[in-house]
Amino acid sequence: MPPLITQHDLENRVQDFLAAHDPRTTSKQDFLRARFDAGLAWLHYPEGLGGLGLPRDLQPVAEKAFAAAGAPDNDPRRIGIGLGMAAPTILAFGSDEQKQRWLRPLWCGEEVWCQLFSEPGAGSDLAALATRAVRDSEGEGDSADWIVNGQKVWTSMAHEARWAILVTRTDPDVPKHQGMTYFVLDMTAPGVEVRPLRQLTGEAEFNEVFLTDVRIPDSQRLGAVGEGWKVAQTTLMNERVAIGGGSSPRESGMIGVLAQRWRDNPGVRDAALHDRLMILWVAAEAARLTAMRLSAQLAAGQPGPEGSAAKYAFATLNQQISGLELELLGEEGLRYDDWTMRRPDTVDFVGRSPGYRYLRAKGNSIEGGTSEILLNIIAERVLGLPGEIRADKDVAWKDLPR
Amino acid sequence: MEGPPPVSEELLYSEPEEELRTAVADLLADRAPWASVLARTESAEPYDAELWKALGTGIGAAGLLIPESLGGAGASLREAAVVAEELGKAVAPVPFLGNLTATALLLAVHDAGNGTAAAADELLRRIAAGEQTVAVAIPFTRSPDTTYKGRVSVTPWPPREDPHEARVTGRVTSVADALPADVLLVPADGSIYVVQASDAKRTAVTSLDMTRVLCDIEYDDTPAMLLTTRYGALQSALLSAAAILASEQLGLAERCLATTVEYVKTRHQFGRAVGSYQGLKHRLAQLWVQIAQARAVARHAVSATGEEQAIAVAVAQAHCSAVAVQAAEECVQMHGGIGFTWEHPAHLYLKRAKSTSLALGAPSRHRRRLAELVDLPAS
Ligand SMILES: Cc1cc2nc3c(=O)[nH]c(=O)nc-3n(C[C@H](O)[C@H](O)[C@H](O)COP(=O)(O)OP(=O)(O)OC[C@H]3O[C@@H](n4cnc5c(N)ncnc54)[C@H](O)[C@@H]3O)c2cc1C
Repeated sequence: MPPLITQHDLENRVQDFLAAHDPRTTSKQDFLRARFDAGLAWLHYPEGLGGLGLPRDLQPVAEKAFAAAGAPDNDPRRIGIGLGMAAPTILAFGSDEQKQRWLRPLWCGEEVWCQLFSEPGAGSDLAALATRAVRDSEGEGDSADWIVNGQKVWTSMAHEARWAILVTRTDPDVPKHQGMTYFVLDMTAPGVEVRPLRQLTGEAEFNEVFLTDVRIPDSQRLGAVGEGWKVAQTTLMNERVAIGGGSSPRESGMIGVLAQRWRDNPGVRDAALHDRLMILWVAAEAARLTAMRLSAQLAAGQPGPEGSAAKYAFATLNQQISGLELELLGEEGLRYDDWTMRRPDTVDFVGRSPGYRYLRAKGNSIEGGTSEILLNIIAERVLGLPGEIRADKDVAWKDLPR
Repeated sequence: MEGPPPVSEELLYSEPEEELRTAVADLLADRAPWASVLARTESAEPYDAELWKALGTGIGAAGLLIPESLGGAGASLREAAVVAEELGKAVAPVPFLGNLTATALLLAVHDAGNGTAAAADELLRRIAAGEQTVAVAIPFTRSPDTTYKGRVSVTPWPPREDPHEARVTGRVTSVADALPADVLLVPADGSIYVVQASDAKRTAVTSLDMTRVLCDIEYDDTPAMLLTTRYGALQSALLSAAAILASEQLGLAERCLATTVEYVKTRHQFGRAVGSYQGLKHRLAQLWVQIAQARAVARHAVSATGEEQAIAVAVAQAHCSAVAVQAAEECVQMHGGIGFTWEHPAHLYLKRAKSTSLALGAPSRHRRRLAELVDLPAS
């Protein structure tokens, strides 16, 4: 399919938009809303929903032009879960009404989203989750509200979030993958309690979330009753692409920090460290080009399984780079910046101290699917190797050993 | 630092490239199944002349980079890389890489023009027509960034008038793809000379890679023609060769993974397919990740130009060499006892992989070069 609009057309469109909405005189919120309405938000989304139905690889063209004009951005790191996971799921499974309601404030950064998937008893084995949703017996049959009870854990940004994507168990009598249903939860609803969960970096970017008799209208269901696993798969796939994909300049991210430290500090250099540095530099460049190839494939309509690969590679690499950085520092590597319990609203990898980077990177191989689970996925779905031996197949969820 | 120009679809394969791939793959499936490749390694003819003819002239792989005005296909390194991938998959015993290196050298001379180009053009025409196969006579381990001094000396040929005529004397060892070559390009005394291969003494060596047999070459007052005094043509040819070698390594790694995956699905131990054990599954998945990355860096290496090319090639060689070795080693290991036998092709891949990881600059050499290019000094 030929592109509907060229790079040049797009640049013109952005310039016209900027002429009509001068970033110096327009408020941030007005600017972002207008940008969404002009279809210049996420270009590959449909018209009317913030996009123009264009190939994904044109996005950097627009971003660059907006950045050059000093336009405000929508704080993408703060709303990463919304952009990367909630939005594509809503786009794929939402009704028109749901898309209209949620996508615009999501993209504009007016509403932060979080992901209520993991539970104390269900992490890698997400389909084991126990949070129950039952129809309100007082309500009207198929459109009755749902009443939700349960506990979620490790929920990033729940303390900031206005909305959550939530997977629940609606039928305990069928095998675990079949009895789940997917909702959008209003985090301000009565019965939602968010408690900070401190992590090994000292801060609390994630939370425990307790749900006690929380009422969710049926209009906030995504996908059919009992189809929650299918909907969740869409979220998880996009999560991996969001974490591992995209185009970025050479030496962006942690490898840039490490390389700069090397350049600035001749005193840290020795031959063994140098070879390790260069091995990691090459690995970072390979990961960067792979992410770029993944984006090109997506844009060309050839989505590949590279998303899982990119996420896996990114995690491994970040851990190795941040580990080497501490070694380069010698004495200074023994010190940490701040153990105070804080509640950050973004994950700031490159801004904080090397010690923080080292510790936080340990989460990269756990969050969004552990590296072990990603390797299982690649082995089974890409290479077609036999699946793991399952003790839980064909057993009703309620009869599973716990 | 400033990033390279944005690359997007150039990391993918184009439709014509895929068509070329199919043509090469079909030919190789027909003419170079691994059993015959293995049989050839023990014969007196380590290279497959018939296959090279079919590939070189039949499909036009020998003249891919040569302009149409000289009878070639006027294609780029990207197309040549696709051929190299398929040849890597088959560990095919043809002098494609050596011929390509020589072609790239001749093209550098052709592009520079200024009077010396006539001899280069004539050779390019013959390569494209399939009349001659050419090789660059330097050790296969030379990396693109080293200044090659060699041990070949030049003396003018007094009886003749032509200032381009000379004689060379000396010895060069471990040269790739020179055995089946008709013409040798010989770097000596800072210039590059053309020598008829039959005038030099070539001795095949017992090579680690049985499918790309190296030779030692001796010149003893051997007639030579000056090709160019532009020594830089050698560097640029080796850079192109290293870029192409990365794609050959990618192809080899892909085949090793595919063969291994097939095997572990069918081999049962302890009542299960061994491919159901996570210890193997995870290693194969990691290999797949490495190969997915190798594909991206190899494509970039054959697409990049100018200053970016040197960086892209160094990255590709540092990465793809290691991936090919890892893939071949895992292939032997996961085939168990069978993988350790002479009858199984795994060893051909292992020998090719390890050899190519030393060829055209070992990964550590490329990392050192990269360090200079991206301003990360060693001390
Ligand atoms: C920083 C951070 C942020 C997070 N944010 C969110 C969030 O916003 N929302 C949310 O819902 N969740 C979030 N999570 C939770 C995360 O998704 C889970 O922690 C993760 O899926 C792993 O689950 P688990 O912790 O229960 O580990 P477990 O599943 O108990 O795993 C323990 C170990 O066993 C391994 N393992 C498990 N099963 C297998 C298997 N089949 N084969 C081989 N090895 C296996 C794992 O890889 C791991 O090493 C976050 C986690 C972190 C660290």
